[in-house]
Amino acid sequence: MHDEELVQIAREVRRGILEGVHAAKSGHPGGSLGAAEIFTYLYFEEMNIDPKNPRMSERDRFVLSKGHCAPGLYATLAHRGFFPKEDLVTLRHIGSHLQGHPNMNDTPGVDMSTGSLGQGISAAVGMALAAKHWGDSYRTYALLGDGELEEGQVWEAAMFAGNHGLDNLVVIVDHNGLQIDGTIEEVNSAMPIADKFRAFKFHVIELADGNDMAQVRAAFAQARTVSGSPVCIVANTVKGKGVSFMENQVGWHGKAPNDEQYEQAMAELVQEV
Amino acid sequence: MADVQKIATRVSYGEALVELGAQHDDFVVLDADLAAATQTGKFKAAYPDRFYNVGIAEGHLMSMAAGIATTGHVAFASTFAMFAAGRAFEQVRNSIGYPHLNVKIGATHAGISVGEDGATHQCNEDIALMRTIPGMTVIVPADDVEARAVVRAAYELEGPVYMRFGRLATPVINDPETYSFELGRGMVMREGTDVTIVACGLMVGRALEAAEQLAGEGISAEVINIHTIKPFDDELVIKSASKTGHVVTCEEHSVIGGLGAAVLDALAPTCPVPVRKLGVNDVFGESGPAVDLLDKYGLNAEGVIKAVREVLA
Repeated sequence: MHDEELVQIAREVRRGILEGVHAAKSGHPGGSLGAAEIFTYLYFEEMNIDPKNPRMSERDRFVLSKGHCAPGLYATLAHRGFFPKEDLVTLRHIGSHLQGHPNMNDTPGVDMSTGSLGQGISAAVGMALAAKHWGDSYRTYALLGDGELEEGQVWEAAMFAGNHGLDNLVVIVDHNGLQIDGTIEEVNSAMPIADKFRAFKFHVIELADGNDMAQVRAAFAQARTVSGSPVCIVANTVKGKGVSFMENQVGWHGKAPNDEQYEQAMAELVQEV
Repeated sequence: MADVQKIATRVSYGEALVELGAQHDDFVVLDADLAAATQTGKFKAAYPDRFYNVGIAEGHLMSMAAGIATTGHVAFASTFAMFAAGRAFEQVRNSIGYPHLNVKIGATHAGISVGEDGATHQCNEDIALMRTIPGMTVIVPADDVEARAVVRAAYELEGPVYMRFGRLATPVINDPETYSFELGRGMVMREGTDVTIVACGLMVGRALEAAEQLAGEGISAEVINIHTIKPFDDELVIKSASKTGHVVTCEEHSVIGGLGAAVLDALAPTCPVPVRKLGVNDVFGESGPAVDLLDKYGLNAEGVIKAVREVLA
């Protein structure tokens, strides 16, 4: 698929994020919007998956370690055909398969239940280890937030992955510099992120603009060439990307737009080409 | 009784894993730098390429085991009960329990019989913690024979299992020739009419000792071994309590939230008979030889007899 098509899909994913969060009157738009290119590239280009057979044993795995960005994952899965797009507006509603944080037993295409930060990367390491152990060829991807790096378990998992040379594992750090209580510098910075993962024996790819599809493509292509060590893509992104009043705003980490804001945001996501 | 064999259930665990490994290669064993103590070192020695040490990282241990389980394989995750149920509680709840993944937690060094290491390592809260997790199976084997059967049953069961093993060598009370483990079903170890003693783990043997002594005093005690704390065998306990009218629960665990609480939960709605809970009385343990500690905290035959007298008074 050409970058232009993927960019178009990422815009649709963004609209899906807003539809869900607006309908739920809660949820996490900021980090979901900022990772839209990464979600899109993974599910439309990078990963070996089959929406008709979501539990296909040889599928590549994706773990949303930053589970609060479920709206981004759900919008992507819906657009990829795992379930109807109409379901997105049931996000966080009683009886919906779209829980506030992803549950693998509820939603087709979700490979691991996540939401408690730091645990998803460990689960992804387990998947990658299992692939190595039983000789399976699938790859495992985990998306983490930069605030999430404050969880000690991230480094327990990284230590194991590095020491075991899990080169079938790609950890993506969505580095937007913001977390709920403020900037990561204000709260408790995990910087320098790339150096830390290098120290844990990862091959690190620094993605200058994680909202640029061509750069996203190049990063994942480079990741495939690495052998002998796990890969960490440190993706610089803009939280809230695509919605002018949400971009780089801490306040939009976990807040739904009101009706007026929703209309404006959706309009922006139509105009922007 | 002089020649009764004594084996720690952690040893049974390690040996049972080796036996299981000879028959199946769809599981791996994980440990967190305690393989010698948890006895998974035996498995490591037998199958070095099917054993993974995560180091001192119990949170990662549990979530990584969950990730392995998502691929359709089984992971045995081992560490001390304190760290499995305590430190990693939230990983067990969210990574394993919520998605109902096929992880078998082998938690050794449970209870006060850890001995000299003292209170930081004596986990008297794990049964309570684990039984609150929806869908978690919680098993406390009473001896070597039962522990070996539990490992096999846990492997065969689809879903998360918490197995509680001890450090202290304890008497083998079951006959390996006739023993049969049935998940979720308590076992009447001795029939009686005056009082029901419900026990788990090493307290089953001690309850049987107590029942023998009580018989000499003319008190007929029924002894039930509840190896599966969850799902709980309500039916058997209610049936026995209805017959005897008095219940004593015995566990090497806090009196809060463990076997005693499960028994009360079972009896309260339809069979509210007097119950006396014998266990660790909401205190931390301390260093000392395991057997002496069990005596000090009343977790012996004398303690059981005292509780029986209280409930019958």
